[in-house]
Formats: sequence, structure tokens, C-alpha cells
Amino acid sequence: MNPNPIERLTNGIIKENPTFVLMLGMCPTLAVTTSASNGAGMGLTTAAVLMFSNMLISLLRNFIPDRVRIPGYIVVIASLVTVVQFVLQAYMPSLNDSLGLYIPLIVVNCIILGRAEAFASKNGPINSFFDGLGMGLGFTIALTILGGFRELIGAGTLFGASVMPEAYEPATIFILAPGAFFVLSCLVAIQNKVKNRKPKDSSAPAPSCDHDCSTCGNGACGGKFFDLTVDDKKDNK
Amino acid sequence: MNEQLYKVSANPHVRDKVTTHSIMLDVIIALLPATFFGFYNFGLSALITTVICIATCVIAEYAWQYFMKKPITVNDLSAVVTGLLLALNLPPEVPFWLPIIGGLFAIIVVKQVFGGLGQNFMNPALGARCFLLLSFTGRMTTFTYDAVTTATPLATLKAGGTVDVMDMFIGTIPGTIGETSVIALVLGGIYLVAKKIISPRIPVTYVVTFAIFILLFGGHGFDLNFLAGHIFGGGLMLGSIFMATDYVTSPITARGQIVFGIILGVLTGVFRILGASAEGVSYAIIISNLLVPLIEKATFPTAFGMQKKGGKK
Repeated sequence: MNPNPIERLTNGIIKENPTFVLMLGMCPTLAVTTSASNGAGMGLTTAAVLMFSNMLISLLRNFIPDRVRIPGYIVVIASLVTVVQFVLQAYMPSLNDSLGLYIPLIVVNCIILGRAEAFASKNGPINSFFDGLGMGLGFTIALTILGGFRELIGAGTLFGASVMPEAYEPATIFILAPGAFFVLSCLVAIQNKVKNRKPKDSSAPAPSCDHDCSTCGNGACGGKFFDLTVDDKKDNK
Repeated sequence: MNEQLYKVSANPHVRDKVTTHSIMLDVIIALLPATFFGFYNFGLSALITTVICIATCVIAEYAWQYFMKKPITVNDLSAVVTGLLLALNLPPEVPFWLPIIGGLFAIIVVKQVFGGLGQNFMNPALGARCFLLLSFTGRMTTFTYDAVTTATPLATLKAGGTVDVMDMFIGTIPGTIGETSVIALVLGGIYLVAKKIISPRIPVTYVVTFAIFILLFGGHGFDLNFLAGHIFGGGLMLGSIFMATDYVTSPITARGQIVFGIILGVLTGVFRILGASAEGVSYAIIISNLLVPLIEKATFPTAFGMQKKGGKK
């Protein structure tokens, strides 16, 4: 595999979409997508952090000792999130208010940490930047679609504009927590249906698995291959 | 010679004539008094809502199984029971589309998506009711009686008023279509127990636990009017007799059923006394439905000849 910026971009948006394929970052996905604009705002904020954290971590990858790499990543990510939060507070206070606690929580967003660990720590800064951009855009698109559906059904509006006919009575449950699960599961089901239509795609997933679930698109595996290493350790004892 | 004697098949060898169809038919018969009382009490709108509910459920089940190329099991009447129970849980004056959405949600989302009859993890009718309650709160909690919008007895109790227990026993009160008449529901319950369709364990432990909870934490001390109002009011009778005893979503073990009833009673009490809304039966039942696998695991009886866990080996 020879990553290039274009391949990284499409990979993040379609093939390994962080929300619909990798199932990462579920906490902001379910919590803030009560409207399309909230979803887009959250996605873009995360994308901004993700691009620069990937680039910085890639640049620093040869200087951070392996044993303290996770704290190292967190320091980089947390600094970036702080910057982004100040920017939001200064220029977009209303978005800042509606996302609330979820902005500081971007620090522990598993997409960002996952990409740092799985990609940026092993690849060059330019590819890492575009990997972050692709993943970030994939996340933004997913959250906007999710928020759009929820807002449309649950409130009858789209980006704050009323689009449904007068007689439509919004089903409030869709902007409550259960609605997030309904819409997400339907979107993932549709996506899987479309993806499984190609007959050759259903080849056995195991051979290509390098024990790194964060870069693996096969959700059905569920990390089973990790168990092998655990068993090995037990045997050595 | 009897040919059957020579046929060897896998167990079970002893069979009963009871089928899903016959059980569901008995449940429908047991629900009829409450249903007809609902029609009498609320008039034509209750009848229309009920018909829409049942039709939606049956058509949804048939359509799903047809398009998913599954065996068609509409004849087992379970969709009719779901539709009827859902209708009995709706206020009589709802627009026609509300029971349709509810029926579709009950059959497709709660029942068929998880594998159809026997696989659903919560009661389809109650799942749909809670879905509608959260989505269209205003319509689901507006009760009209004799063309006047009035508070249900439970709401009156919550607001600190007193209620006429005799009216509640007979059922001439506002509420959902099927929940008002205690006597009609209890008649149906007695029929089910007599036919051995349900065991009285769940309803009795449910109501007794709930009564104890109200006496202890209701804040009214030993006030019989308050206690009876809470037991006869709302969906407690309908829920405890017909919903909590649903085979699929209640524990199969005898001890488990008692535990289930106690959990239901406590949860209903907590929701009604401490919660924001006056009613809590539906939420109590669907939350307890989710606990059923755990309850069954904990109360699984020791097979004959086996040692109890932790006993001597």
C-alpha cells in the first residue's frame, strides 16, 4: 500500500468513513446531531483538530519515545482543541453554546487518537494531513446527514429553515437520544446494503488483518484477532 | 396397528394441542370485555382507532414477511393482539395517522427487525406506545371524556385531589381506550388464569409490590382512597394482566416471574410518585423487559440430579 493524498482523502470519506464504517467517535455522533448545523459544526471542529494533530504528530513521530506516545499525543491534541475552542468562543459563540461540553471532549475523541496511533505515527506529514482531512470530512458529512435527518423528522426544519408542509407534526423522539440510534442504525444498514451488493467484496477478511482494528474496515470482526496475542502471553507463562 | 407407535422422532415426545394461534385467540377473548367497554365509554372514535391499529399491525406483519421472503405467520394472530393492545393504550381522540405510525413501529421496529414473534426483547405494543408518547406527547396525554378535555384520575391524584374509586372500578373515567374499566380487565385476567394461559404470579406480585410502595412512599400514609386510586388508575391493571405477562418478554422461571413482578411494582411506584408524569406503567414494563435475560439467568433452576452452584461437589 502506497498512500498518497488523494487516496487518503477518499479513504476517509467513503471507504473508511469514521462514523458509518469504523464506528468511531460515537459519543459526539449521538449526542450533538440534534440538528444539521450542530452536526456540521461538530464535524468541522473535529476535522480542524484532526488535520493539524495528524500533521504535528507525524512530524514529531521520531522524537516521541514509544512508551510515552499516548500522553504525547494527548498534549498535542489538547493544545489544538484549546485553540479551536478559543476561536469558536470568539467568532461563533452560538455554535460554541450549542455544542457545549462536547468541544473540550474532542481531546478524547477516539477518531483523533485512533488516527494518530494508526496512521500519523507511521507515515509522513503530508499524507497524515490529508488522512486527517479525509477522516474529518467523512466525519463532517456523516454528522451533517445524521443531524439533517433528525432535524427533518424531529423538528420539521433543515439548517433552521422550515421545509415540511404546515400539517406535518414533528416526531419529537428523533431529536431526543433514541432518535440518534434509530437514524444511525438505518443509515448504517442502508450503507451496508449498498456495499454488499458487489459480489466480489465478500471475500474472507481474515488474511488482510494485521491486528490493527483501527485501520480495518471489517466491522464484523469486532477485534477478535486481538485475542490471539493475549492467548500467546498466557501460554508463555 | 397404530402406525404412529413405530415412528421415531426427536424429543419432545409429549405434545399439547395448545398452539400460538389458540393462545393468542384466548388473549383476544380476554381483552374483549375491556375493548367493548372502551367502545361503550368513548364511542365511535375508539372503535375507529382500534380498527386502524389492528389493520396496520396485520398488514405490516404480512408485508414485511412477504417482502423479506419469510414464512407468513399472520395467521397466528399475534399481530392482532399487538394491534389490539396498542389501541387499548391510546387515547380515543387521536388523529388517524397516529395509530398507523404506532402499528408500524410496533411490528416492524420492535418485533420483525429483531426476528419476529419470540425474538422481540420488549413488548411491541408498549414499545410503540412509548415511541408515540415521546414523539407526540401533547396528543398522547390529552384525554377527552364526553367531549370535554379532563384530567385523568391519576393526574388528579398527582395534583393532590381526590377521586371517585367506584367510577374507576367500573371504568366511567377518562383515560386510554382500554385501561379505564378495572372490572372488565380483571374479568379478562380471571379468564386467562382459568384457562392457564398466564400464571397469576406476575400480576399479583406486581400489584402487591406497587401497593406496598405506595403505602410506604406515597406520602399519604394509610389513605385507602389514595391507594385504591393508584391501583385502579392508569394502565396498572391493563399492564399487569396483559402486558407484563407477555410470554416473549417475561421470565419463564417461577422465581424469575416473582422477581419480575417486584421490579415492576417498584419501578411503577418510583415513576408515579417521584417522576414528572402521572403515569409510569409503560416505562416500568419496557425497562423490566430489558432485565428479563438477567433475571432468567439468575433464577435458572437446578436440573434434577445436579448440584447447586457453590454446593458440595
